[in-house]
Amino acid sequence: MATTPLTTVPQATGPARTKRRPGRGQLGTAMLFLSPALLGFLVFFAWPAVRGLYLSFTDYNLLSEPTWVGLENYAAIVDDPVFWNSMGVTLQYVAINIVVQTLVALLLAVLLHRFTRSMLIRGVVMLPYLIANVVVALVWYWLADYNLGLINSGLDAIGITRIGFFGDEQYAMTTIALVNVWRHLGYTTLLIFAGLQAIPHDVYEAAAVDGAGEWRVFRSITLPLLRPVLAFVLVVTVVGSFQIFDTIAVTTQGGPVDSTNAITYYIYDRAFARFDFGYASALSVILMFILAVIALVQMRAFRAGQSDLER
Amino acid sequence: MKKSMMTPALIALAAVSLAACSSDGDETAGQGGDGASDGDAATISYGLWDSNQLPAYEQCAADFAAANPGYQVDIEQIGWDDYWTKVTTGFVSGENYDVFTSHVAYYPEFQKNGQVLPLDGYIEADGVDMSIYQEGLVELWQDPEGIQYGLPKDFDTIALFYNAQAVEAAGLTAEDMSSLTWNPEDGGTYEDVIARLTIDTNGVRGDEEGFDPTSVETYGLWMEGAGGADGQTQWSFLTATLGWTQTDEPWGTSYNFDDPAFAETIDWWYSLVDKGYMPTFAAQEGISWADQLIAGKAAMVPNGSWMTGYVFGSESDTFTPAVAATPVGPNGQNASMLNGLADNIAASTDNPDAAWAWVKYLGSPECQNVVGEAGVVFPAIVEATDRAVAAFEANGVDVTAFTQHVDNGTTVLFPITDFKSDVNAIMGPVMESIMSGSGGTDTLPAANDSVNALFE
Repeated sequence: MATTPLTTVPQATGPARTKRRPGRGQLGTAMLFLSPALLGFLVFFAWPAVRGLYLSFTDYNLLSEPTWVGLENYAAIVDDPVFWNSMGVTLQYVAINIVVQTLVALLLAVLLHRFTRSMLIRGVVMLPYLIANVVVALVWYWLADYNLGLINSGLDAIGITRIGFFGDEQYAMTTIALVNVWRHLGYTTLLIFAGLQAIPHDVYEAAAVDGAGEWRVFRSITLPLLRPVLAFVLVVTVVGSFQIFDTIAVTTQGGPVDSTNAITYYIYDRAFARFDFGYASALSVILMFILAVIALVQMRAFRAGQSDLER
Repeated sequence: MKKSMMTPALIALAAVSLAACSSDGDETAGQGGDGASDGDAATISYGLWDSNQLPAYEQCAADFAAANPGYQVDIEQIGWDDYWTKVTTGFVSGENYDVFTSHVAYYPEFQKNGQVLPLDGYIEADGVDMSIYQEGLVELWQDPEGIQYGLPKDFDTIALFYNAQAVEAAGLTAEDMSSLTWNPEDGGTYEDVIARLTIDTNGVRGDEEGFDPTSVETYGLWMEGAGGADGQTQWSFLTATLGWTQTDEPWGTSYNFDDPAFAETIDWWYSLVDKGYMPTFAAQEGISWADQLIAGKAAMVPNGSWMTGYVFGSESDTFTPAVAATPVGPNGQNASMLNGLADNIAASTDNPDAAWAWVKYLGSPECQNVVGEAGVVFPAIVEATDRAVAAFEANGVDVTAFTQHVDNGTTVLFPITDFKSDVNAIMGPVMESIMSGSGGTDTLPAANDSVNALFE
């Protein structure tokens, strides 16, 4: 996923699409170079997906052979209040995570682009992303501890009532969403920053000549020209955001009262705690379809394939 | 449950590692061997999760190999979460440990699917004396038809860990702590002591005039989650004194969460939150109970014998570890849930006879005495338990608060039924909502109905 922006970004500036197409004679060579990735794709993506689809129509507990039950799992899911709750809290997570993360990352990226050349500052922004998710989650879990955590001690010191960040139904999912904003902010900023660098300088110079202010430049130049990159960033982060798992697994484990029982955690719980692999597969298939639709809609809505520069 | 001592961090890793899981449980390299055994020695692979116990079992394996030149044992230790992923996927791939440490939360699923071997034939043929084990432990490892799947290896019970300095500062003594009484109406002297041990941020105690329940510095009692369906370390030692247990017998097919005695106990327990003697559900989430106790945020916490080493190893200027028996309830006795581990033989083993020889040795006094002398857990054999008690005592830890339950027969068995994980999935959120105050105990009958519907 880290390599994709490199293919997207040049489109913003790239010359006309007149690349020389390889002749048929080179097909064999191309296939040779593609085969390792293709093999990996078939073994680790295509086959598990097909197999998962099949299992979603079965009753399968891993320890004995799957038995075909048709659409029973899907019917049960429709009537499963925990599933609907999971979708609800997942949407809540995605909304908070994506909105906050994208806005702050955009702001940071523009600041980095316009006001600093310091590699140190640019590097510092990336730091949280270099820490393993589980470590980030645990550190924040301890920092936010009600009784012993630094954050609550601080709140207490300035006269604000302590908050059960991870333990209170009202706050738990928001807390987890914000922890992951902190963790992923640097990466998102970097992607947007790369997009900013691809915008030619002359348009900014022209704007300066015209006497446009910073806000006007941002609104009329930066944002429109950034659209393909933002679209890519949103597709990647929204899809990733729906798959929130690790932070929940090491902190609240779905609690309190299912308030952080996001869909992937529920799938995990069904499969590995309750040995209900057929049901979990059906949940996964549903999640896959939801994500595919979201990605498609986003790509369309943002016309991610085209840049305003080319018009 | 042993689970509670494991860091949840590993759960994430477990999920990840599943994908990368290779079935190397059946290594024949025999890296645990001493090289002296002959080339034909059958290697038995053995899995366990507790690293604290590894040295004792390595000793057992060496002794076993010395006594049985035809066999050697290759031990692999993996942390709790990865352990169960490995065992489960091992069954799927058909390449599993020959023998593995098992837990009642998992083995019914394995047994139901024919993945573990019944031991009755071996036990009969070898005339194994099943009466040497602490009472109740043998039954934990029988299926509903009474077929035996494991020889008990150790057991755990519940007692009250407390900070002796906090107790002394409150004007209480160790005798006070070990003679507590409880009832669901006014909480008995148990509640009195909890109130006394609670201190607000102004230094006012819970039983004194002007106590501020909204700003507590030290809680008299800590809440370690809501207890889910088991309440092993939370409330099972209270409900048992009312004659209440989750089911009427092992492998029962209906649960008793709709019993008013259960609701009464939980109501009393939750009342401690309102009174400020116990943290709210939101406030208890986070750093573990043991560290809250050690840091002085709690004065007393009920928990399992498996935590003895950790708590007593954390003595500091402000924390003097001590342990007391659970309070005596309305039935005139105190109580504790009893759980125990055993070793299962995987049905996939190539050499069941060798696996049995090792299981038999693990269940014998020879091995369990070694385990007992290590002073980490309580072995299942009565005489080996005594050695463990002595080993703890040599380290200055009096563990009779735990062991008295098996001596006095005041235990209730860890609830073992079918659909255990589904029962947990239903009761977990229900108990959490009661303890966080968003639901009342009047939700219990409906929850019990959904639990019982699993068995229909």
